[in-house]
Amino acid sequence: MSLIATLARMEAVSTGRAQPAATVRHRRLSDRPLVFVPLTTAGEAGAPLGALVGTDRDAPHLLVVPQPRDRELRFAFLSELADVVLPYIDTYADDVEAAERGETDPETGKRVKVEVELCADAPQLIVPSRAGVDFVRLLGRSMRFRRTAEQDPETPYPAPPRVPLLGRWLTHFGERARVPGSSLLLAMTDVLARHWATGQSTLEDQHLGALLAWIDPPPLSTSLERGDPQSASTGAEAALRAELARDRDGQLLCPPAGPATDPAFDNKLLAPAIERYDRARTALAAAEDGLEADDRLGDLTAAEREIRALVESRTRPTWDAVWRGLDLLRSRLPEAGQHVEERWTRDRWSFTGHRDRVLAGEPPQPRRDDAVTAANKLAAREREQARLEAQEALDDPLVMAGRRLAGEAFAGEVTEVVMAYSEGKRPSPRPLVTVRTDDRPHLGERAKVFRSLGGKPQAAEFVGYEKAPEDAPDDGSALVVLRVLDKMGRGKEPEEGSVPEKDDLICFTLFEHEQRGGAKLPDPEQTPWTHGGPPGEQVPEAADALTQEDVL
Amino acid sequence: MPLPRTRGTALRHRLAELRGPDIAAKALDARALAALAANPGCKRRAILDGAGVNKAALASALGSPSVFGQSQFAFTRGNAFEAKVKADGGAELLRLVHEKLDRSAEPPAHARVPELTATGPEGRTARTALALREATETRGEWTLLDHPMLALDVAGSPAFLEPDAVVVHPDGSWTVVEIKSFPMLDGSADPAKVGAAARQAAVYVLALEQIAARLGDSDPAPRVRHRVLLVCPKDFSNLPTASAVDVRKQRAVTARQLARLTRIEDIADTLPAGTCFSPELPAADLTAAVEAVPATYAPECLSACELAFHCRARARASGAVTSLGRSVRAELGGLTTVEGVLSAARGESGDPDDPAVAALRRAARLRAEALGREAETLGNEAEALGHEAEALGTEAVAPCH
Repeated sequence: MSLIATLARMEAVSTGRAQPAATVRHRRLSDRPLVFVPLTTAGEAGAPLGALVGTDRDAPHLLVVPQPRDRELRFAFLSELADVVLPYIDTYADDVEAAERGETDPETGKRVKVEVELCADAPQLIVPSRAGVDFVRLLGRSMRFRRTAEQDPETPYPAPPRVPLLGRWLTHFGERARVPGSSLLLAMTDVLARHWATGQSTLEDQHLGALLAWIDPPPLSTSLERGDPQSASTGAEAALRAELARDRDGQLLCPPAGPATDPAFDNKLLAPAIERYDRARTALAAAEDGLEADDRLGDLTAAEREIRALVESRTRPTWDAVWRGLDLLRSRLPEAGQHVEERWTRDRWSFTGHRDRVLAGEPPQPRRDDAVTAANKLAAREREQARLEAQEALDDPLVMAGRRLAGEAFAGEVTEVVMAYSEGKRPSPRPLVTVRTDDRPHLGERAKVFRSLGGKPQAAEFVGYEKAPEDAPDDGSALVVLRVLDKMGRGKEPEEGSVPEKDDLICFTLFEHEQRGGAKLPDPEQTPWTHGGPPGEQVPEAADALTQEDVL
Repeated sequence: MPLPRTRGTALRHRLAELRGPDIAAKALDARALAALAANPGCKRRAILDGAGVNKAALASALGSPSVFGQSQFAFTRGNAFEAKVKADGGAELLRLVHEKLDRSAEPPAHARVPELTATGPEGRTARTALALREATETRGEWTLLDHPMLALDVAGSPAFLEPDAVVVHPDGSWTVVEIKSFPMLDGSADPAKVGAAARQAAVYVLALEQIAARLGDSDPAPRVRHRVLLVCPKDFSNLPTASAVDVRKQRAVTARQLARLTRIEDIADTLPAGTCFSPELPAADLTAAVEAVPATYAPECLSACELAFHCRARARASGAVTSLGRSVRAELGGLTTVEGVLSAARGESGDPDDPAVAALRRAARLRAEALGREAETLGNEAEALGHEAEALGTEAVAPCH
């Protein structure tokens, strides 16, 4: 944590409210996000218990698995989930615009431009917390290798149609979420914690209810209505309530954002309800005639309704909290603009690419990436991380302040501009600019620095420090002399506005604004033996082996 | 005339007094071991664990109950999985040990599974030691010890541990087996959970090494393998799969931490006479007793120690900066309270030549500049809060344009 972030947290402690950690919104928020609040069964690997999902905050779809260990019921759940998620994805898949992409011509080996489709917008999935992102990935893994009866009539326990497809999409969302700055799949706690500093630790910020309590504590009046004037007057107290307060039956007032449930809920409410459901089901199976069966079907429906009510009672508060978080992000912070849009375009490319792979009938994502794919993914993540850090600093003075404190950027006033020219046949302008700054950049000899000029980076070279005049008061500031290197046009005289002028306030960074791609990796067929050699012919991966007592 | 008490029995009596009359000592469970690794410097945790105090009951009595609980679904599933792994005389378990750790040995066609029941932890520990000795002497055979009881000397007092299983190989070496119910998905499991399991197993390895050293008085001491076997469900099924986990590093770290642990005796000596942590005492007395031992709270405690919410409330009330995270301390030099830091940042206190104070002031100035505020208002702006949201949108000017 940087010292500026630490200070913000301490201000939050002292004022009882979260403090800004950003002045603009650094993540793209779709106008029509799909919010997904899943719950899982404790102790099982990815056996869902239920979920609220949808794009309408007032009418979420409630999906419930009354007996999470039952494969049929689980498939029914996944099938319903596919019926909500896939149509949502499809609405974005059809609306395309023309775009160009650089490709290598297989015959000539030259880079050529190819006309391709690019989806005009992309879907956005929002889950409450980072554990939710992991759960999306887990669900994707559990479904994408399943076979439907249509694909393979022999398969035991065939999956309902579209469930494997949902698995491939969720895997893609989960994989994309690992790319820094992407917004296809967002965890609400991560986005909120990026923009506000609370008076608690980053570990405690993982609790959505507590995080929201710091950012937007419930007004005093609501707690007065509850007849409890002491509670929720500050973010700190509201956060504590959200974390720990329980009702008379020992249930948390603010249920965890999941997917894990509170053990007290499991033991006191859910387990008895599931037991009643199981008993009703056994009784129905043992019914001897139609009349008796009708009676017992009534019991079963009642038992199922009870579990549905329980699941809704634990997911609805989180559902509302996610939408509240969206409201806060939209109303309190303006979107950072061009850079966020640029990153979103990368998300659109990623979405379009996966749409095309699905349409082309390619097999699901493999369990393990081959060496070249894995190296490419890692390089892409590193590049995106550097890009994100640079862009956030350029978009947001508060982020830039952190970089200035770290000596990676400096801002100040231009005190002098001296024209100079490069040596050679055609002298080009190389003006010397002196900047007075209070910052302490770590400038090495001939270090390159950059400033943003109309959205493009202009480079300059560090020449040296100038001595302050004798009569100037010593205020700890330094005079930095820079030689401007580019973006001044082709002529002998620099283009207007391309060179800083005296009294301008400018900010230079020591880091580059745009990221270059790394060295090209060999083709998969050329993978060296040190990395496992060529991956060989791709064989479709077998589905997971199934056993009688499998839970998923 | 009473016999002169030895140092050992004196300590044991002292710890029993701390625990309260007629309260049995609680064994050091996995959570306590994790807390040991997460926060070795905490004296409060050290003395409470050392004395075998039930910290969950204590936390409830203090009014800050711990939130640890286990869902019965997880419990049932975990037990069912462990039973499945150990079914049939541990055939599947031994097959996994043979396959993953000791392929050169004879495949385990049948194995000895000695009876380990006895009364009390001391009895079970003795029974386990005996079984280990016998198994080691019978060369050429596999032996499975199901839920043995081991004693480990923690800060001068024995802590009782119960691994899921210990396997004695035909060559007389010993292997710790950890059975966990989190899945191994495509050959890899959640690194955080594997790390916790490895730290736990490392403690068992240390305890076994102490037993081995005692057995080795006459013969060469039996070897305790430093690769333990982690057994987990495979993918989404209930079938066991296993992986050998090298715990040398965790073992070395834990051994060093155990050696450095403030001796419980020394902590006990600093407590006022009559201090007692019995959950039956009134909350005020308990609070005083707990306050008599200093704690080292950090947010990591929340996932490892039952008393964490009590300590957190105390840390927050005193404005300790570590309640915001351990890393926060690194840049703050000698400043330990939130108010101290803020007043130093505002320029109201602190030595400007202190590098930590100077950096703070620079940070405060830069932050205020970026937010379009005056640096002096830091933390004094309750009335300005309402306007902040609107101000942010309009006044923020990126310095780069």
